Amino acid sequence: MTTTRAIAADVSARRAPAFGGFNLTALKLEIRRLTRNRRTVIIAIVVPVVFFLLFGLNKAYDSLPSGHGNVAAFVMISLALYGAVLATSFAGAMVSIERSQGWSRQLRLTPLSPAAYISIKILTALVLGFCSVAAVNIAGILTHKASMPVSLWIASAFSVWIGSLLFAAFGLFLGYLLPAENVLQLLGLILALLSFAGGLFIPISQFAVGVRDVAKWTPLYGLNQLVHTPLLGNGVDWTWVVNVLAWLAIFAGGAMWRMRKDTARG
Amino acid sequence: MTLTSAASGAGRAGGAPLLAVDLTGIHKNFGHVRAVDGVDLKLATGEIVAILGPNGAGKTSTIDIILGLSQPTSGRVSVLGMQPRQAISRGLISAVMQTGGLLRDLTVFETVEYTASLFAHAQNPREALSRAGIAEIADRRVGKCSGGEQQRLRFAMALLSDPELLVLDEPTTGMDVEGRRTFWAAIRKDAEQGRTVLFATHYLEEADAYADRIVLLRHGKVVADGTASQIKAMAAGRTVRATLPGATEDMLREVPGAEDVEVRGDTVLIHSKDSDATARYLLTTTPAKDLEIIARGIEDAFIALTGDDTQASVTSTGAAR
Repeated sequence: MTTTRAIAADVSARRAPAFGGFNLTALKLEIRRLTRNRRTVIIAIVVPVVFFLLFGLNKAYDSLPSGHGNVAAFVMISLALYGAVLATSFAGAMVSIERSQGWSRQLRLTPLSPAAYISIKILTALVLGFCSVAAVNIAGILTHKASMPVSLWIASAFSVWIGSLLFAAFGLFLGYLLPAENVLQLLGLILALLSFAGGLFIPISQFAVGVRDVAKWTPLYGLNQLVHTPLLGNGVDWTWVVNVLAWLAIFAGGAMWRMRKDTARG
Repeated sequence: MTLTSAASGAGRAGGAPLLAVDLTGIHKNFGHVRAVDGVDLKLATGEIVAILGPNGAGKTSTIDIILGLSQPTSGRVSVLGMQPRQAISRGLISAVMQTGGLLRDLTVFETVEYTASLFAHAQNPREALSRAGIAEIADRRVGKCSGGEQQRLRFAMALLSDPELLVLDEPTTGMDVEGRRTFWAAIRKDAEQGRTVLFATHYLEEADAYADRIVLLRHGKVVADGTASQIKAMAAGRTVRATLPGATEDMLREVPGAEDVEVRGDTVLIHSKDSDATARYLLTTTPAKDLEIIARGIEDAFIALTGDDTQASVTSTGAAR
């Protein structure tokens, strides 16, 4: 029968999209969605800048040296990291909203592969992370307090941005783990605690010895140390690298585990 | 009972048949619950088939397996000659779900644009919106759309890739009569181009009015499979029940009037188009005793076929199983 043949021909002519469905239109729409969430944008971009203006411009900080620059530069890097991890983890945690609205399930009825989907999510997170890092650094430039060589400035900002990928994985993990209603509030709280423990707000040298030992195991500690090495020029301690890689394995592994559970559905 | 559908033979002439859906021995267990309990289902291309059954009959589980959303515990599934996931990645299957599946913070146009971007070939998003009659709300946020508008959006999304198989899971739940009629008119018009349509419903009238073929599910099993008129004819007869130790189904099929037979221990059930002849034969030529003749209407038949055991026992129509 001709219709049968026509259908058979059509079926064999069909093909799957390249790159598992990854494309720039979807990426553009994901970024637009993220920026539509005003609360997210304010927390990830405005808050770190305000913190820098409040705490980074202390009179003493521009005259106090810190490595190859001054303390204002040190604080700027810390707050850029704080903003970047807020941005990337919020972006990652958006999957919980998608899950609760059935969009994840809908996407599984399209050619989009899980790898392509996660790539879109990570790139979206990096875009918001970039905006956050840029905002804090621009604030640093415009206030004329932070000072360090341009090459180190760029190296610091870049390492903060790339390092925040660790928290895109963290956000995805929590997004797959928790229900949508409270994931963002919870994330804000967890990140504030981790930032304290990691020494982003107060140097951990000021903690009591016992607290300091615990703080060194927390997921922002290693990353915070690493992003300050260009400025401090004090070399890299291997335990920082281990800290980052171990937490990356935990977050990425956890996200993959939960995602598989989510998509398998028995 | 499985009636061989006339419609299922359509389109198979001329070489190897390409089945839109081919399920063989599908089982799906959730813990101790057998959601799907040995379903065989073959859909020829171009058929419009309803899966009819009450809640919990296994409709959604069966559909999830066809869509590749869940893996069967055992059995074989093939859609257009390939694995469901392969068919989906080629844009050959689409589904319209009952609820959800939309992002509230995207606009109607963005939702269609996003979905279209994921396929190797897809319709132009603007055209898709016009065709679905929602072009005028293209810039509205999905969260602000009415239920009917959201359903038309889902329909527009489902047709973007020009699928060969369209699966609808209780698509008209919550629609008013007029909305339902419009929706089905659109589906029928669309199916004229040769698309295979499989829909789940628990509305008898909907299955009767819009499907070429009806598959009745009950407790995860196919209890009847045929055209609406075949099922009506089946329901129009009577069932003769008797106690007849040692009977086999082959023997019973020789009984005058017998259309479908079942042996349950010492009890035999014969669905008959001539219950008088069947009863006379059983009482005069066999040692059958405790004979009963049970009549039923169409509604009764559907309830009996798809309802709970308690309901089924009221009308005593196990013959159809």
